[in-house]
Order: sequence, then C-alpha cells, then structure tokens
Amino acid sequence: MAFLILRRLVQTALILLGVAAITFLLLYALPADPARMIAGRSATAQTVANIRRELGLDQPLLVQFWAYLQGIVHGDLGRSYAQKTDVGALIAARIPATLLLMAAGILVEVVLGLTLGIMAALRRGGPVDRVVMMASFVGVSAPQFVVALLLLYIFAVTLGWLPMSGFGTAAHVVLPAATLGILGAGWYARMVRSAMIDVLNQDYVRTARAKGLSSARIVLRHALPNALLPIIAMIGIDIGQFMGGVVVVEAVYGWPGIGQLAWQAIQQVDIPIIMGVTLVSALAIVLGNLIADIIAPLIDPRIRAQ
Amino acid sequence: MKLYTTASTPVLSIRDLCVDARTPEGRRRVLQDVSFDLNPGETLCIAGESGSGKSVTSLSIMQLLPKASLQIASGSIKLGDRELTNLSNHAMRSVRGGDIAMVFQEPMTSLNPVISIGTQLTEAIREHQGTEAGKAEAIALQMLDAVHITEPIRRLTQYPHELSGGMRQRVMIAMALSCRPKVLLADEPTTALDVTVQAQILKLMRELKREFGASIILITHDMGVVAEMADRVAIMQNGRIIEQGSTLALFERPKELYTRQLLAAVPRLGAHAGTDGPPRVSPQAKPADVPAPSPVLVVRDLNVTYGSPARWLFKGNPSVSAVADVSFELRSGETLGLVGESGSGKSTTGKAVLGLIPFTGAVMIGGQNIAGLGARQMQPIRRTAQMIFQDPYASLDPRMAVGAAIAEPLIIHGLADKGERDDRVAELLRRVGLLPDAASRYPHEFSGGQRQRICIARALALEPKLIVADESVAALDVSVRARVLDLMLELQETMGLAYLFISHDMAVIERMSHNVAVMRSGRILEMGTRREVFENPKDEYTRALMAAVPIPDPRDRQLV
Repeated sequence: MAFLILRRLVQTALILLGVAAITFLLLYALPADPARMIAGRSATAQTVANIRRELGLDQPLLVQFWAYLQGIVHGDLGRSYAQKTDVGALIAARIPATLLLMAAGILVEVVLGLTLGIMAALRRGGPVDRVVMMASFVGVSAPQFVVALLLLYIFAVTLGWLPMSGFGTAAHVVLPAATLGILGAGWYARMVRSAMIDVLNQDYVRTARAKGLSSARIVLRHALPNALLPIIAMIGIDIGQFMGGVVVVEAVYGWPGIGQLAWQAIQQVDIPIIMGVTLVSALAIVLGNLIADIIAPLIDPRIRAQ
Repeated sequence: MKLYTTASTPVLSIRDLCVDARTPEGRRRVLQDVSFDLNPGETLCIAGESGSGKSVTSLSIMQLLPKASLQIASGSIKLGDRELTNLSNHAMRSVRGGDIAMVFQEPMTSLNPVISIGTQLTEAIREHQGTEAGKAEAIALQMLDAVHITEPIRRLTQYPHELSGGMRQRVMIAMALSCRPKVLLADEPTTALDVTVQAQILKLMRELKREFGASIILITHDMGVVAEMADRVAIMQNGRIIEQGSTLALFERPKELYTRQLLAAVPRLGAHAGTDGPPRVSPQAKPADVPAPSPVLVVRDLNVTYGSPARWLFKGNPSVSAVADVSFELRSGETLGLVGESGSGKSTTGKAVLGLIPFTGAVMIGGQNIAGLGARQMQPIRRTAQMIFQDPYASLDPRMAVGAAIAEPLIIHGLADKGERDDRVAELLRRVGLLPDAASRYPHEFSGGQRQRICIARALALEPKLIVADESVAALDVSVRARVLDLMLELQETMGLAYLFISHDMAVIERMSHNVAVMRSGRILEMGTRREVFENPKDEYTRALMAAVPIPDPRDRQLV
C-alpha cells in the first residue's frame, strides 16, 4: 500500500511537471506581450523594456522555466503581472467558491443522471426511454453559455425567481450548478443507461429474479453497483470536463471562483495566474482519478484483492 | 400424445404449453403443446439439442421469459393446484426461490461479483421466510455445510471470484435449496464444469434430493448425465416433447427415430477399445501413409509464463506458469489428442505452438524453430500451420461473406488472383460438404455445424500440414459434432493432415487420436498411444478423469 501511494505521488509529480512545461511553452509562444499589456497603450519603449526586465521576461525561455519550477517546488506560483500579488494566495482565496460550485454541480449531474439513466434502462424502448435519451442528447450537445443564458432568461429575467449573478446565498448557487450539472447529467444518463441495460442482461440478475427478490432490490442492490463500476473510472476525466465548464459558468454568473480568475487573467495575458490555475486544474484531475481509484475497490471486491 | 400418469398427485403439472417468440417477421412458435408431470421425489430429465426449447420450458415455469421477445401463448402450468400462468408478479415472487428454485448453467457468471456469498445466500432466506439476519445466517451456514463446502464460515464473507467453478455451483445449489423448495429446476447445471467436478455435483444433487425431498427437473444436452440421473426422461426437438418415458425404457426401446439418432450419436468412452488410431471414414482413400521420417511438429521443453514483473511506475501482474516443460512430436497424418481440464494449459500449449503467445523452449514446425521469430518471419510458417477455434459463432466476422472469409488467407499470403480465388473457394466449400453458392452468403445464415465447416475450409485454404483444433467441436450438438469429426478424419486421411486436437472431452479424444497426452497444471502427466493411455492408464489422474465421464447407459449408473 505504501509503495502504491509512493508510486502515485511520483506519477502526480511527473504529470504536473509535464503540464507545467506544456502550458509554459504554449503561453510564451503567444504573440501577445505581457509587458506591453501591463505598460498600457501610451507607454514608451523604455518603460516596456523596464517592465520586461522587472518580470524577468528578458531572460532566455529555459532560464525562466527553471526559475518557475524552482518556485513551484517551494510552493511559490509567482506573482501576478496585473495584480502584483502572490498567485498562490489569489487562487487559494478563490478555491472555496469553486469547490462549492463543483460540489453542487456534481450533485445535480449525479442525481439527475443516475435517476434518468436507470429509468431509461428499465423502460428500454418505451416512451420514457425515448424522452430521456432525447433530453440527454440536448443536454450533452447544448453549449454551456447557451444553457446559462437560457436559464438566466427564464428563471432570473422572466420569472424573477432566482438572482442573476453573484455569490452569497443558497439561491445564488442554483443556476450555476444547474448549468454545470445539465451537461454532465446528459452524459451520465447515457452512460448509466447503457451500463444498466448491459448489467440487467447478466446471469446474476437472472439469478436474483429466480430467487424471488423485489424489483427494487434487484435494481438497486444487484444491478446498480455493477453498472456504476465502469462509470466510476470516468470520474477523473469528468472532473477535467468540469473544470472547463467552471470557467464559462463562473464568467457568465459572476461567480468569484478560480474560473473567473482564469477568465480575467486570459484577457490580461497574466501568465503567472493562467499557469497557476492550469496547474491547480491538473491537480484536481489527478485527485479525481485518485478518488475513483479509492471508490472502485469499495464497490468491487475483485479490485480489492489485487 | 399419450401422457405419463401415476397414482400420486404431481408436484408440477404442465399441459399444452405454447410459447411464442416475437420477431420482426411476426410471431413464431417456439414451444408447441408441451405437457408433462413431475411427481414427488422424482428426477425428470429434459434432454435435447440446442434450440429444442428446453430452457424456454424452464424459464416459462419460473415466469422469467424475457417479456420483450417471448410470451406464453396458451396452456397451463400448475404447481400443486395453483395455476402459475396467470399469477401476479407479486404472487409469483413467493413461488420463485420459495416453491421452485433454479440452478443455472454458468456458475462463473450466475453469482453477483460485488455481493458477498453470505449476503447472496441470506437474502433469499430472509425474503421467503421472513427470518431475521442472525437466523438467516445460521441457515446459510447449514446449507453450505450440506453442499460440502470447506470452511463454510469463511465463505460467508468471501466473494464469488475467490471460489472455484465447482464451489460456486455448490453455492448456487445451497442457495436454491435454502428455502426448501418443492421443485428444483437445474438448467445444464454441470455443462460448464470439468468432468471430475461434474461427477461431484451430480452426486451431491442425488444426495440432496433424498435429504431435502425436492423433485428435480434436470435440463441437459448430455445423454450420459441423463442416464446417470433421471427417473424419467422427456426428449425435446423443435419445441415439442417428442418422446417421454422411464429412463430404462427410453434408452433401451426408444420409439422415435430422433431419439434413436440422438442416442446413436452419443460418443461412448471405450467405444474404440482394441483398435489402433481413429476409425477410417473414407474406404476409398489410400491406406494411411507410412509416417513421414521427419515430424511436422516437434515441441521441446515448452514453457509459457503469464504475468509481468512490476516496474517503477507500472503495476506488475503476478507471474503464473501456464505450461511447464512440455515436449511432444507430431507426424503428418497423425493426431495428438491433448486432453485435460480447465486450467491444465492445453489451450495455452496450442497457442504457443502457433507462435501466438510468447514462450521459451523450442517449437519446430516443418523443421524450423519458430522461437523468437518476428511477425514477418512467421508469415511463411503460418501457411503450414493453421487453427480451428472453439466458437464458430465468434470466429467468423458477421459482416464478411463466407467466400471472402475463406479467401482472406489466400489474399494475405498472395497466393491466388481473383479468378483462381473464386474457384479455390468453391472447391474448399465442396471439400467440407457445403454448396459453392454458400460463398456469397453471410455467417448468420448458417447453423453452428455449418459454420464450423466454414472455419475448417478457411483453415484448409493455405493447404496446411498442421492444424491446431482447440475444442473445435465443444460448442456443437452431439449429432452435428459426430459429422464434423468424421469430416476432420476424412480430411486427414486424404490430405495427410497432422492434428493437434485439444479437448476436455475424453470420448472425443478417444475417437480422434493416434496418440494422447494428458495435461494437468501445465504439465503432461502421461503420454502414449491411444490404446496405452485409454486401455491401460498409468497415471492416477488419468484414471480419475475416465471414471468421472458419465456413461450413457442407465444400467451402468454409479449409485451413491
């Protein structure tokens, strides 16, 4: 077990190093010049050059990357160009809001996705199945900013039930969480449906029927845990998708999380923040996979045995 | 049809049962006027080939037919004086597992992999008898004891993957009998098991029938199992019961032609005693060639190990020796029968011989060692060595016309141009007893036996000298199996093929082989001519294996 954790830590470090390298190189390949952005339109060439030297942008790329890596090892994600403050602190201040949004979004997608997926599988080929499949198709394919604007228009503008944007009360979290969750719910509904259909045809479900168990017990105790196994393995990937959605949703609803921070940083070419948010997202995906690896053996004794 | 009647009231009585299948072309009858009685304490065997309606009958009794595709059209199923066909689903639930319990064919997949054995046993007891958890667990323990499972207490917390196939089937039987059902429905309960395990399970079922007083309906395709177990037999064909009667009468005085054919097709162990080599099936062929001086296949110290060591960052798999120090020779026109139970390493040996998996040791095909050869260097050798697989359904591409499938090896090896190819395919199809016009049709249009003929034609396309046949007739019904085996013998006689014939079935091995090797745990325990091994087995395991084969004669029953 200790070896397993050690191996996992090394894997995580390597993944983060790879992510850091790729993002760093991509960002510096951008045609935009952060020094000029900071200096403003009317600045002289001298000012721009000064800023560039101040930020270390005049150094060779590899030297800059090495300095950045050294910073990361010491827990220093650098200083924001625009806000002149510590990136680590900026991100840390934003994480609770994002975690709240993600938790609410995941709740929506899991509850909605599981329920609809199971219903569709049990009524396979029937009208319920068809409606669920159609709805999930729409959910999966609708762009998030469209869903966000649609929900805003209906529930905030027209009906006035929920606030337009902001942060603070439970009502504020409903629309952003729903926007995030709808995409995932459509995705989960389809996955759960096909996994359930597969499992319901398995011999052990027939055995459970032949024992005279109730339908509820057959579906929830015998079929569902087996159907969830392949889906749990997808949690890590799902969190990656989720992080992408978070940026859009936080921007639209003015949610003060790291997605919004990233969105502003992109507009200002504030590279240290973009780097920081990217690394935190990569870490979240690694953690998501770790969670999947922890949950799977809880359900499946065959994985426990290894 | 004349019904079998007895003085006592039957436990289960089925009258004129008809079941329809819903197909895109409309309704099709799959069970027609099935009638039989099951008397108290009786074992009734329903025997027949695949598609005869045996399993549909048992699922009808349990009211477990898949609703979307199968439906009872008419008829009656009475449990005592209770009619089951119009029972509500809720009422039927107390019958299932309570009055009628079922054991299925596949012990490997019939238990839920993520639920502990204890929970799977107790949930039915609690459902039907309303006992609380502690008491149900006590009953579960008693049941595990009754089916002779070792360490029953430990088993309760174990999961199915920790148990062998035989133990899982014991758990299934324990589960089925735990609520003391009146009827035990066993659908091919031993078909997926090794022959020695099958003998144990059949013995257990006989023993438990006495102990628990249940009547048994045993569904099987194996006439040996029928002879061993049945008080009465019903023979099914095409959705009808064509003949039923007491076991002795049916085996000794079968009335229907089909029953006689079925019994005649059953391979009997020992049927070829006193003769060398397999029977000749083509009298017109020239007598067997004098064995060629150099063997087609020489295997020396073959070792295969599965698994990989753990490397930094990557998980390893525990390494398991699948084949250890196997050596044998095979000459043209000869068959080496490789027999053993599951996990004995016989299939692994077959794959290694064709270079399909990594191995150590020497494998010489036509004098050339294939150890360590790359894909490119292997290609010319593959021409001389081909394989016929077990499952004729899975080993043909459903979207490829039969002609194209047979021609594919010719194309890969660049052997014939377009025109020649069609002639070659037509000739090959004729060779395996099919019409040349089969070439333009697709696999789903053929039966299992015909598909296996197509696979044989594909293997023959390159005119190989060696064919590895891995359980090639295991998926076929007995009557079809006999004809495919005859075809293989005929091809051997006329083409001088060498077969490495892998099978778990002792009777099939006896029929096909010149020489026999008995494998267990990756090693060859005993090897010799067929007469040596079958008529004078030296190894204890070989003797146990032969003793476990059920004999299709009710007078030879091994009573417990």
